[in-house]
Amino acid sequence: MEIFGYPLPMIMSQLLLGLVNGSFYAMLSLGLAVIFGLLNVINFSHGALYMMGAFLAWMGIEYWGLNYWAMLILAPLMVGVFGIVIEKTMLRHLYKLDHLYGLLLTFGITLLVEGVFRSFYGVSGQPFQVPEALAGATDLGFMVMPNYRGWVVVASLVVCLSTWFVIEKTKLGAYLRAGTENPKLVEAFGINVPLMVTLTYGFGVALAGFAGVLAAPIIQVQPLMGQNLIIVVFAVVVIGGMGSIMGSILTGLGLGVIEGLTKVFYPEFSSTVVFLVMVVVLLLRPAGLFGKER
Amino acid sequence: MKIKAITLAVATCATFSAQAQISGDTIKIGFITDMSGLYTDIDGAGGAEAIKMAIADAGGNINGKKIEFISADHQNKADIAASKAREWFDQQGVDMLIGGTNSGANLAMAKVAAEKKKVFISIGAGSARLTNEECTPYTVHYAYDTIALARGTGGAIVKQGGKSWYFMTADYAFGQSLEKDTSEVVKAGGGKVLGAVKHPLSASDFSSFLLQAQSSGAQILGLANAGGDAINSIKAANEFGITKKMKLAGLLIFINDVHSLGLNLTQGMYLTDGWYWDANDDTRAWSKRYFAKMKKEPSMLQAADYSAAGNYLKAVKAVGTDDSDKVIAYLKANKINDMFTKNGVIRPDGRMVHDMYLMEVKKSAESKYPWDYYKVVATIPGDQAYATKAETKCSLWK
Repeated sequence: MEIFGYPLPMIMSQLLLGLVNGSFYAMLSLGLAVIFGLLNVINFSHGALYMMGAFLAWMGIEYWGLNYWAMLILAPLMVGVFGIVIEKTMLRHLYKLDHLYGLLLTFGITLLVEGVFRSFYGVSGQPFQVPEALAGATDLGFMVMPNYRGWVVVASLVVCLSTWFVIEKTKLGAYLRAGTENPKLVEAFGINVPLMVTLTYGFGVALAGFAGVLAAPIIQVQPLMGQNLIIVVFAVVVIGGMGSIMGSILTGLGLGVIEGLTKVFYPEFSSTVVFLVMVVVLLLRPAGLFGKER
Repeated sequence: MKIKAITLAVATCATFSAQAQISGDTIKIGFITDMSGLYTDIDGAGGAEAIKMAIADAGGNINGKKIEFISADHQNKADIAASKAREWFDQQGVDMLIGGTNSGANLAMAKVAAEKKKVFISIGAGSARLTNEECTPYTVHYAYDTIALARGTGGAIVKQGGKSWYFMTADYAFGQSLEKDTSEVVKAGGGKVLGAVKHPLSASDFSSFLLQAQSSGAQILGLANAGGDAINSIKAANEFGITKKMKLAGLLIFINDVHSLGLNLTQGMYLTDGWYWDANDDTRAWSKRYFAKMKKEPSMLQAADYSAAGNYLKAVKAVGTDDSDKVIAYLKANKINDMFTKNGVIRPDGRMVHDMYLMEVKKSAESKYPWDYYKVVATIPGDQAYATKAETKCSLWK
């Protein structure tokens, strides 16, 4: 059986690969959406923190003798702590100003973080092996799927859906959302809103760190690895609707699939297709697919 | 009046004689390369260190005239490279410029150097245009070019029995010309090209492209890309088990890339290089000195930086002046013999012709010590590796 002259197994394997890449987009754009939705900060340092997650994982294995699984927990925690320090010392003072100031600050942080890693480790990248338990591949009939890529999809779906659940369906999430809408009133109920905001930022960037660790065995671990990804991820957030949690998850996965199919039909166009979708969506729905007009 | 005339005459003589010998009373070498971007590890600060070693080996001065060195980062922007070169020639009295990585930046610097009539030695650029359409009397292209890479890897692998090819090509000038040149060599050697997939520069993921390559059934997967793209392609090729069925041929892979990937992922891969630190006693001796400073083994480019600066200084010493025309004439008339190459020849088009090597990356078990990465599979003689007189588009060599 063929679709547009391409064999079906090929289309199916590209769909599956698109889903893998979409998982990364989803996880990164989710972090951005959480931070923008609850803090109104456009976090441009997301790519650098993603890189930091990957590097910390590499350091943990190389210098501290830990394994991949330990670093999968530790690296996001460390990135989260780094984010909390940024929020407490710098970002906090910008909430009352225009969005652009937050963007400029986080962009500056990106340059600093990337510069520091570059001067210590150069740009060739560090070797990073797939953890032994996930090495090898499974034959799915229509394609051979590396086990590690399957793990990436599962891990990112679990993380994304739990985040959505906590924010949209639990009491803690309700406090968070209320805190963004009307901080004064929520504080009057005895809830520590500034602490909540700090932790939210820490959690958002920890998601970036987590994605970095997941990506390390697949993508070259080097200081500029976040740069290429961050632009696409911003496009995903814009398409999904700034600040929409479910929107960013679904858009991330969807765009991964669209990109995957483009790689078969017109490979040269594959890195541009996301932006074409963005233009079309913005023309038809300026607030994004899942965003609410304010 | 008389005194004034005599003073003027003396001064004029002095100026003339100084021009005939060493301009500005110093021999000044400039080095413009990528010091902060994606090419820093293959050249960058290591390249600057190599040139400093060449200056120290020349004794730091020639006939009492001091040798000076300055370097700058072109940030991979051709306009920065060109304006820096112009400033150095005009105001800093730079006598010879070494161009590091990035073809675009090197083509721009070559133009400025030709206009100022200064020696320009290009090390890190791959583009063969430097000694073809855009050749100048003052440009020397020293380490390698895309033609040599294509002929080296393409030609030698076909001879080894790798007859059917599929290309994964970075979709810009460099990747396309590499694919085109290699395809020609493969076909000329009796091989077949079954297809190619063009991927965008810095693509996020290569697995889709690799599956397309795999379904072609070709024996050899030619990687007509470089740097991060090549590294991510190789990582994904291993993950998807493609390396079990196809043999990878990296068309521009540096030892730093192999080091960064590790032997598990690269073993068995073919690549072409112009120099290897562990090739013989001379290269090992020099690399040991380099390693003591940089804590890494040198790439072909860093070794070529040393060799180019060293041979330039040798030429200045031999002709007793830093006059560009005389130095270039000497360089083109005398063979280059040092740790970088034996019997290297600089042709009238500026191409430094030297042997290239087809390498196979060792298996982990074969690697006995750090940076023990390559086996030399074939030597490609210089006169077969580079463009010939019949093919050249350079007007200086007709």
